[in-house]
Amino acid sequence: MAEIKKIATRDSYGATLVELGKEREDFLVLDADLAEATKTAMFKKAFPDRFYDCGIAEQNMISIAAGIAATGKRVFASSFAMFAAGRAFEQIRNSVGYPHLNVVIAATHAGISVGEDGATHQCCEDIAIMRTIPGMTIINPADDTEAKLAVRAAIDHDGPVYMRLGRLAVPVVFDDDYSFEIGKGVVLKEGADATVIATGLMVSEALEAYETLKAEGINARIINIATIKPLDTEIVLKAAKETGALVTAEEHSVIGGLGSAVSEYLAETYPVPVLKVGVNDTFGTSGPAAELLDKYNLRAKDIAEKVKQAIALK
Amino acid sequence: MDSVKKQMLEKAATKIRLGIVESTHSAKAGHPGGSLSIADLLSYLYFEKMNIDPKNPKKPDRDRFVLSKGHAAPALYSALAHRGFFPVEDLLTLRKVGSILQGHPDMKNIPGVDMSSGSLGQGISCAVGMALSAKHYNEKYRVYTVLGDGECEEGQVWEAAMFAANKKLSNLTAFVDFNGLQIDGSVDEVNSPMPLDEKFKAFGWNVIVIDAHDFDQIEAAVQTAEKETEKPTAIIMKSVKGKGVSFMENNCSWHGKAPNDEQCEIAVNELKAML
Repeated sequence: MAEIKKIATRDSYGATLVELGKEREDFLVLDADLAEATKTAMFKKAFPDRFYDCGIAEQNMISIAAGIAATGKRVFASSFAMFAAGRAFEQIRNSVGYPHLNVVIAATHAGISVGEDGATHQCCEDIAIMRTIPGMTIINPADDTEAKLAVRAAIDHDGPVYMRLGRLAVPVVFDDDYSFEIGKGVVLKEGADATVIATGLMVSEALEAYETLKAEGINARIINIATIKPLDTEIVLKAAKETGALVTAEEHSVIGGLGSAVSEYLAETYPVPVLKVGVNDTFGTSGPAAELLDKYNLRAKDIAEKVKQAIALK
Repeated sequence: MDSVKKQMLEKAATKIRLGIVESTHSAKAGHPGGSLSIADLLSYLYFEKMNIDPKNPKKPDRDRFVLSKGHAAPALYSALAHRGFFPVEDLLTLRKVGSILQGHPDMKNIPGVDMSSGSLGQGISCAVGMALSAKHYNEKYRVYTVLGDGECEEGQVWEAAMFAANKKLSNLTAFVDFNGLQIDGSVDEVNSPMPLDEKFKAFGWNVIVIDAHDFDQIEAAVQTAEKETEKPTAIIMKSVKGKGVSFMENNCSWHGKAPNDEQCEIAVNELKAML
């Protein structure tokens, strides 16, 4: 078996910015002294005149992005998820969200897989806080293919976008013919016994769980939800009706993220068991990303276990 | 400035002040003190200086204005209404359910408002973004913003100041409404950001200190800022909070309180006597 190709979605972002830069001049790229890490440095190298480093001042950067967008230009603003969604939350809400401006906040180093930097930098709350902003679109791509398509979709999207990207190289699970549309989930594997709704790097774990469950005679449906807001309620409702038990999987707190979005929707429309795989209301810790995914139970085996528990609740 | 122009601007400023008093009275809420202190500046910008068109509020080459001290919205709304962006009688809908005139500026729904603002410190950064965009894309419009002196206690103001000077945004002019008062008391007592002139200079800005209620000084400062080719300009305007209404002048209790019926009548009579 050929080795699985792994690429971090932050690299997909940087590469796509460069491609877009060759195609059009109607956008600027901002960063807050993390260009090498967020990969906006790839764009900076190719188009130094169209890149502006705001220095270590994320709040100012987000409001500057709003000002640029208010003049009719497109703009990407990047930092780590912790400092974009976290530190600059109120700037995102008031300068960007309230006026519904076309700013793409491309936040890298999301989740526990930041690794060695530890809890201060491991943002597992960003989806939760961004979801509370009316009109905010939240996209959490699963792999390189999807991230590239998502960045292209985001630049022309009407309204603000929060793009959640990772530091860790993750398996490329989608082929070149994969199509991406903001707001649309994708059924990756059909199944009728239960459904796993996964986002981000948990999608490849979910696909692995599918195989182990199948070997045990359980047919799980696997759905990729890249756009957490607005949620593809059609695909979620269909899964609830047809499989009767759901498991959500995300590299994010179980409070306020994909699991909450799915639960909130189904509680009001078609209540079925929804179990969550995610970070269980705890801070992270330093260590290699792979070991942290083990430690915080964010693996295929954890998804498979929850699927069995969900089925038992049917 | 010739006397005809000055009289026109004084009259416009008085009308702006009337709108501030009547709209906050109607709303039974709002911030008259810090609105009245910038009425003369807004008269100059909206009735003399800025390239704007009330019939085409979003024309791409217009000069931009960001009210960073967004709580002075009654002043901005009154200036826009009297300049013809929307009917003057709409001012009486301020802060009411269903009105476009939100408690703080809303660019989505109010004709002539270039940026939503109200959370202090953010407006100047938005203005910096506009100025950066204009410079980058070689647009000729200028960007104006008004800060409160109390607002300069926000760290974000200085993040914006640092960036604007480093990127040589000479197309940006920031006014500081230096009225010396904030909600909890005098700026000196609460947490003084002074000396503002020295701070802006240290951050790399061109700094001009003027009397906020002298049209000759306002015009001279704005024209000096236009000639600047390297630095953004901070115009620190020594102002009187509540200017134009005798009992509101220099009284911080009028920061965020509306006049009652009797007070409104006195204020309106005082202002009308100036027309």
